[in-house]
Amino acid sequence: MRQLVVIGNGMVGHRLVEAVLSRDTAEPWHVTVLGEEPRPAYDRVALSSYFDGAGEFDLRLPDLARHGNVELLLGEAATALDRAARTVETSTGRTLAYDALVLATGSAPFVPPVPGRDLPGCHVYRTIEDLEAITATARAAAARDDTAGVVVGGGLLGLEAANALRLLGLQPHVVEMAPWLMPRQVDEGGGAVLGRLVAETGVTCHTAAGLAGIEPDPRGGLRVLLGEEGPGQERIDAGVVVFSVGVRPRDELARAAGLEIGPRGGVAVDSACRTSDPRIYAVGECASTQGTVYGLVAPGNAMAEVAAENLAGGAAEFTGADTSTKLKLLGVDVASFGDAQGETEGALEVVLNDAPGGRYAKLVVSDDASTLLGGVLVGDASAYAGLRPLVGRALPGDPLGLIAPERGGAAAGAGVAALPDDAQVCSCNAVTKGTVTDAIAQGSTDIPALKACTRAGTSCGSCVPLLKNLLADSGIEQSKALCEHFAHSRAELVEIVTATGVATFSELIARHGTGRGCDICKPAVASILASLGGGHILEGEQAALQDTNDHFLANLQRNGTYSVVPRIPGGEITPDKLIVIGEVAREFGLYTKITGAQRIDLLGARVEQLPAVWARLVEAGFESGHAYGKALRTVKSCVGSTWCRYGVQDSVGMAIRLELRYRGLRSPHKLKSAVSGCARECAEARGKDFGVIATEHGWNLYVGGNGGFTPRHAELLAADLDDETLIRYIDRFLMFYIRTADRLQRTAAWIEQLEGGLDHLRAVVVEDSLGIAAELEEAMARHVSGYADEWRGVLEDPEKLARFVSFANAPEAPDPTISFEIERDQPVPAGPVALGMPARRGASEPAAAGTA
Amino acid sequence: MSTPTLPVSSASLWVAACGRDRLIRERGVAVLLPDAAQAALFRTHGDELYAVGNIDPFSGAAVMSRGIVGDRAGEPTVASPMLKQVFSLRTGRCLDDPDVALATYAVRVRAGVVEVCSRPGEAGV
Repeated sequence: MRQLVVIGNGMVGHRLVEAVLSRDTAEPWHVTVLGEEPRPAYDRVALSSYFDGAGEFDLRLPDLARHGNVELLLGEAATALDRAARTVETSTGRTLAYDALVLATGSAPFVPPVPGRDLPGCHVYRTIEDLEAITATARAAAARDDTAGVVVGGGLLGLEAANALRLLGLQPHVVEMAPWLMPRQVDEGGGAVLGRLVAETGVTCHTAAGLAGIEPDPRGGLRVLLGEEGPGQERIDAGVVVFSVGVRPRDELARAAGLEIGPRGGVAVDSACRTSDPRIYAVGECASTQGTVYGLVAPGNAMAEVAAENLAGGAAEFTGADTSTKLKLLGVDVASFGDAQGETEGALEVVLNDAPGGRYAKLVVSDDASTLLGGVLVGDASAYAGLRPLVGRALPGDPLGLIAPERGGAAAGAGVAALPDDAQVCSCNAVTKGTVTDAIAQGSTDIPALKACTRAGTSCGSCVPLLKNLLADSGIEQSKALCEHFAHSRAELVEIVTATGVATFSELIARHGTGRGCDICKPAVASILASLGGGHILEGEQAALQDTNDHFLANLQRNGTYSVVPRIPGGEITPDKLIVIGEVAREFGLYTKITGAQRIDLLGARVEQLPAVWARLVEAGFESGHAYGKALRTVKSCVGSTWCRYGVQDSVGMAIRLELRYRGLRSPHKLKSAVSGCARECAEARGKDFGVIATEHGWNLYVGGNGGFTPRHAELLAADLDDETLIRYIDRFLMFYIRTADRLQRTAAWIEQLEGGLDHLRAVVVEDSLGIAAELEEAMARHVSGYADEWRGVLEDPEKLARFVSFANAPEAPDPTISFEIERDQPVPAGPVALGMPARRGASEPAAAGTA
Repeated sequence: MSTPTLPVSSASLWVAACGRDRLIRERGVAVLLPDAAQAALFRTHGDELYAVGNIDPFSGAAVMSRGIVGDRAGEPTVASPMLKQVFSLRTGRCLDDPDVALATYAVRVRAGVVEVCSRPGEAGV
């Protein structure tokens, strides 16, 4: 096998290895990766989320070492290159031979040569080790009541670092030499608005400020000196100083090996990403292409793809990269794209500067005002998605109209219609408008389908509004009508029911719909009424709305029998109760199987047997497990700190508490949950709609996970919560979902289509940005206090009980079409049962034949 | 499995199902007919009575009586609870697959008791 050595295991090095492995070549590469850091590759862009509760686990990139042709050497640096012998020396004394070599050494933070820069308490901001050191210093400072932290450098990374200090409980100061923040991305006007918005977040900004030096102060902290020595010199007493003034390419190995170096540092490469030695490539922040060193991950990834293609024998070229960016720093939207500084000859500027409103927008256009060249957006970057693809193209209208606030939405629409097919709509994944419109033509008619088909919108998500416009432009009516009987979406029906107090389906359809309903709107309305506290689901007219599962409080199986799943909260069950389940199954001749949700499924019960089965179960203390409903199913758990050597919290206790709290809660789709007692995650909580994972300090809450057809990992919503806060956040999350999701939309898809996605959800749940948290909590409190076991309710009501008969004219006669045979000592449906493929209209759900 | 016996004489064309009051609006019940046949009997919101074959032609399971009753463009319907195909209650025809249909049975009410004609497709007397 050919030997490929990759020096550097950062994001771009990782991407390169992925790209090499994904290409089929006649002669595959054996890849050896040298990583100086002691841990596998992680998402450095998301580094500040480390202070927001994310662990190393959350940041980690996919494991490369699982691939048989990859060897990952961690904590081992390359120390020398011998180009003649084609070998690399490592810090452990190893010598690695190569046929091809890739330098992905990245860059190192630049620390200006000021006195005191090496004092304890001074840090840089690049690796997880740096973050750990900053955390330790900040904690020690807090213990001394040293509450200030200084970030040197007011660029993109500096503001990230300031946010990190804020999350550590310090009061951040940012020191920037230029007259405004983020001078590389935004112009003076944008910088002024940005400065004010940043100051509002509690960060003190010192612009046009030169760092003179740092001194130790007698209390054990640091004194940061700004400006010339003398009476005007400003001093900040701080517990921690973070340098974030820029980076320098790590080109020292290349220099020592005699490779050509770029004019401003960095290993010089050609358009194939090849260095002056044709066996050696360089990619990412250590490479210099046409004199430019890119400090962003997107160009690095593009270079990695180019190098991988050329290593595979192809002929790809890197011709420069789009450095447009859209960010949220300290909660402030900032975007810059194209020629943001107006450096093009004759360029004209159109500026909207709304200082009191905290909003700045500038478009740079060509000298004849016909072509968009670039722009800057601060405070509100919603127009970014529509404007960025227009760079270099004819303006679709009056430039001021494109950034005027009341027409921000229209801008995206006007822009996208005017775009040619080869224009990129998703720059993260290089997806063109043509690719998206082709996918739409071939049947991807909603956002999730487009994401799955084209990958557009799957990274930063800023182009999702554009995708919506493309769908609308393609004439695909994104009808929100539930079905032919209601022109409303499920969320709108929730609002109607909440606002008007309509309590029955008949009243709702008479006033707001047409006809008599169907198998789509009836269960949806039944679920809404139940979620809002409608009493027993089989009471009065509600009985006619339920599908067969809810009508018989059991799951219909393919031969017309039902399955029974008693609730076993948290999966904890006494031997006595286990015995009862066994006895019931034996007495009624039921097939038993353990479900994936830590419960027991009893299958093969005929309708007329259900009351007798449940009479036994209720008597033994069991309740409905709602396996038949669009409702909370189960809260799975591991044994947690009660038994496990590694457990840090009582996961079983929490799982039972959650399951008992949310049992019976009707929702747009089924809801699953789990609680793990430590980060090993044995309960698989991240595969659930809401998952809870114990930490040393409390609980991390993850939302939006599921298994099934499109598996998804839940994402971190909030970290290190105490018991009460955890439950409050889950209350809010679930009620917000119940009120606003579409019919049969699970939490993952719901979050995906929420305007603003997970960030918006977090704002609503954690920060109460909509001011509805109290209302959501009250709604959940009503659910909890109104809960009653549905099966007990049936057994105690002769009228409901009377419906559980096989035939109206022969209530006890078994259905003659049902028969069983024995397989592996248990009864299963006899004979072949032909289930035809359904000829369905529109989107449909699979029949809920499964278990809990 | 023993063949169930019916509380009707085999000579009668009409099978008594249940008292009219026992039928819930927009729900169905299964009715056992002679020779182990079965019908699904429904009462609509407008109190019309319909009976169709109880065996879902797509799955072979006797479940049609447990489907959701509604309408499609005004046509009274029942949806199979198994895979959700929709059938006209008037004609028995599957509205999602024109090649498939359920048998229809005549229904009448005598002295408050709903009766189903035991022979499909006959209007009865």
